Amino acid sequence: MEVTIKIFRYYPEKDKKPSYKTYKLEAAETDRVLDLLEKVKGYQDGTLSFRRSCAHGICGSDAMRINGFNRLACKTLVRDTGTKITVEPILGLRVIKDLIVDMDPFFDNFRSVKPWLINDDPEPEKERYQSPEQRALFDDTTKCILCACCTTSCPSYWASEKYVGPQAIVAAHRFIFDSRDKAASERLEILNDVWGVYRCHTVYNCTMACPREIQITKAIGEVKMALTTGKLE
Amino acid sequence: MKTLQFEVIVIGAGGAGLMAGLYASKTAKTAIISKLYPTRSHTGTAQGGIGAALGNEEEDHPEWHTFDSVKGSDYLGDQDAIEFMCNEAIPAIYELEHMGLPFDRTKDGKISQRPFGGHTNNLTGKPVRRACHAADRTGHMILQTLYQQCLKNNVTFYDEFQVIDLIMVGGKAAGVVAIELATGELHVFHAKAVIIATGGHGRIWEITSNAYAFTGDGPAIIMRHGLPLEDMEFFQFHPTGIYKLGILITEGVRGEGGILINGKGERFMEKYAPRVKDLASRDVISRAIYMEIREGRGVNGQNYVYLDVRPDQVNKYAALDGRKNLDGSPVNVTGEQILAKLPDIVDFCRVYLGVDPVTQPMPIQPTAHYAMGGIPTNKYGEAIADEKNTVVPGLYAAGECACVSVHGANRLGTNSLLDLVVFGKHAGLRAAEYAKGADYQLLPNNPAGFAQAQFDRIRQADGKENAFDIGRTMKKVMFDDMGIFRSGKGMQNALNVVRELKERYQHVSVTDKGSIFNMEVMNVWELGNLLDLAEITTVSALARTESRGGHSREDYPDRDDQNWLRHTMAYVDGKGRIDLKYKPVVVTKFEPKVRTY
Repeated sequence: MEVTIKIFRYYPEKDKKPSYKTYKLEAAETDRVLDLLEKVKGYQDGTLSFRRSCAHGICGSDAMRINGFNRLACKTLVRDTGTKITVEPILGLRVIKDLIVDMDPFFDNFRSVKPWLINDDPEPEKERYQSPEQRALFDDTTKCILCACCTTSCPSYWASEKYVGPQAIVAAHRFIFDSRDKAASERLEILNDVWGVYRCHTVYNCTMACPREIQITKAIGEVKMALTTGKLE
Repeated sequence: MKTLQFEVIVIGAGGAGLMAGLYASKTAKTAIISKLYPTRSHTGTAQGGIGAALGNEEEDHPEWHTFDSVKGSDYLGDQDAIEFMCNEAIPAIYELEHMGLPFDRTKDGKISQRPFGGHTNNLTGKPVRRACHAADRTGHMILQTLYQQCLKNNVTFYDEFQVIDLIMVGGKAAGVVAIELATGELHVFHAKAVIIATGGHGRIWEITSNAYAFTGDGPAIIMRHGLPLEDMEFFQFHPTGIYKLGILITEGVRGEGGILINGKGERFMEKYAPRVKDLASRDVISRAIYMEIREGRGVNGQNYVYLDVRPDQVNKYAALDGRKNLDGSPVNVTGEQILAKLPDIVDFCRVYLGVDPVTQPMPIQPTAHYAMGGIPTNKYGEAIADEKNTVVPGLYAAGECACVSVHGANRLGTNSLLDLVVFGKHAGLRAAEYAKGADYQLLPNNPAGFAQAQFDRIRQADGKENAFDIGRTMKKVMFDDMGIFRSGKGMQNALNVVRELKERYQHVSVTDKGSIFNMEVMNVWELGNLLDLAEITTVSALARTESRGGHSREDYPDRDDQNWLRHTMAYVDGKGRIDLKYKPVVVTKFEPKVRTY
């Protein structure tokens, strides 16, 4: 079938402002949007620029707005988009070139919640024990691939990039609810900030956008609850 | 052009690079340079598990792990290095756990382990639970955990910097040249020690589980300096890739009781591997699938078979095989349990195939997966310059781009993640130790000259050829003639085509002449790496007149220990000629035997 793909274009060394360009190409229902971008780049316009790597939804490189929704280009098939496709960069981050945005503010927010295990107790000779039930408390948030689909779909983040954003809360959740971690209160304090977890107004865009199907709004709710009750269960 | 100075430079931020950086930065001024954001690295796509004889679920020993890996390697692995890796595996897993890696747990809170292909109880020959796992995203968890630790320890990163060249002075490593993708600016990183951890090169083949980024940059860069590449003819085809797409379906599916079924509805692995059946080594299973398809027993006459993990099938074959739960009760898995243990696999199949593995079998075919060959190193990650194992001062390699060799002619599943962690760590330690006792060498006059010349040539080529077409032709011929089964005639054809493509490559056009994120020029440069590695792979394979592990020749169907129990060392000279030399395999405890499963 023939598909029409309209792509946001910005070539910083020439363009004063961005524009859209439309390309037509043959595609199969099972083609990924990423496959189409590769074909446009390979045969129609070599200047088209985007990030990609694993091409099956694990590395998190190719988050973009596809027909108005944040998606990974490698996990969105023509079968899902139909034959008219619009592709734009994710919102809320500076566009550098075409579909490539400046990810630094996003990663800064990630780092701000201390996303690493903190436990200064002496290490046992073998593993630290953790029951399957304890492990299950934070299983969902370990799936995050840092693609930014959630954070850049959030109206609160669009309003201000100072908001730590859903991804950083997911990252914090992963450690707050890990029985081996000792710094839950430290992280909760960070998220208690004016630009922290209470900027979330439960719009659910993040949950809808997550290509890993993490229940983000639920995780954020658990963090809010922990802040209110001081309990981690 | 900027010049920066670090005692240790690590190229690549996957599992091996992060581990190397983490360890080197403890004592030396270190930077990790990566063409991707670290969490985009391909380690993240590893699924099923990391091998270590913890014995958490049943009896196991590092000696068994060692023997299984030697046998899996079809006796081409160096046994001293394999033994080292399997012993180091146990503390390495505990270290990852202490770093925060969220392994799945047993009922009593220990790290959970599952069976995997080729890993056995050496007394009974039956599969053993050795693969430590976190659902079917173990690699993701390792990558995230190591990156988290690097952030915690303030390791310096240069993200989205593509290394183009290695600087060698008087036979010693003296730094690297990299391009900053965001600006197009070249940077010289002056260093005392360089660790290459750039990953594999599976993008040579049409059907592959490998990321776009897997273009063999490290091996391609060092061979241009006359350094050898070891055992490049050995490339693993994983038996279960999603039909046509090649996306990996973990061996953990079979570890959880999944079975392979041909077009006639038969479980065919019992013919090829009567003892361990669907949990035989990967090379054995890929060949079996290929034979079934060739003999007309693909599904619907197509080039695929089914991988079936539907609960009723799992339970039925477990009963037939006499497999029981650890407490002796019969296996009786449910759809929910399958979903809990293999969530990503279920998701991939639903998204890409519209198939639900809990209720339908998955169409699969073998997919190009893992480079056993690469930059020769010893077990401390020190790069090797020749057949006498002479160390290249200041140069290290670890992970898939390296060849220690612990995988020999065929890698066992779960041993690649183990390789990253163990050899990444030791390369980092050694490099830092070396850097402490070494001075910065005087850089040559124009250290970025060769890198610049490569880009100038790409930008100024006359433009008659299309890079995309060249890439597609290479991938197709390599999959057809340099795949699971090979022959002298087919390989010669592949070599002819690749050489013709290399000629055409000189005339590739680029339309993007800019500096900012010029991914077109980068991709053309990467294609050049793939072509160079495709050629050296094929030349190495043509010379090896035997079948061993992943190198399976129809014109030489048997293993020939008399002549070929040795490692290939392939060198390229200044005129592009490839010269093959050989070095002996290290055999310590296990004399080569006939390999059956």
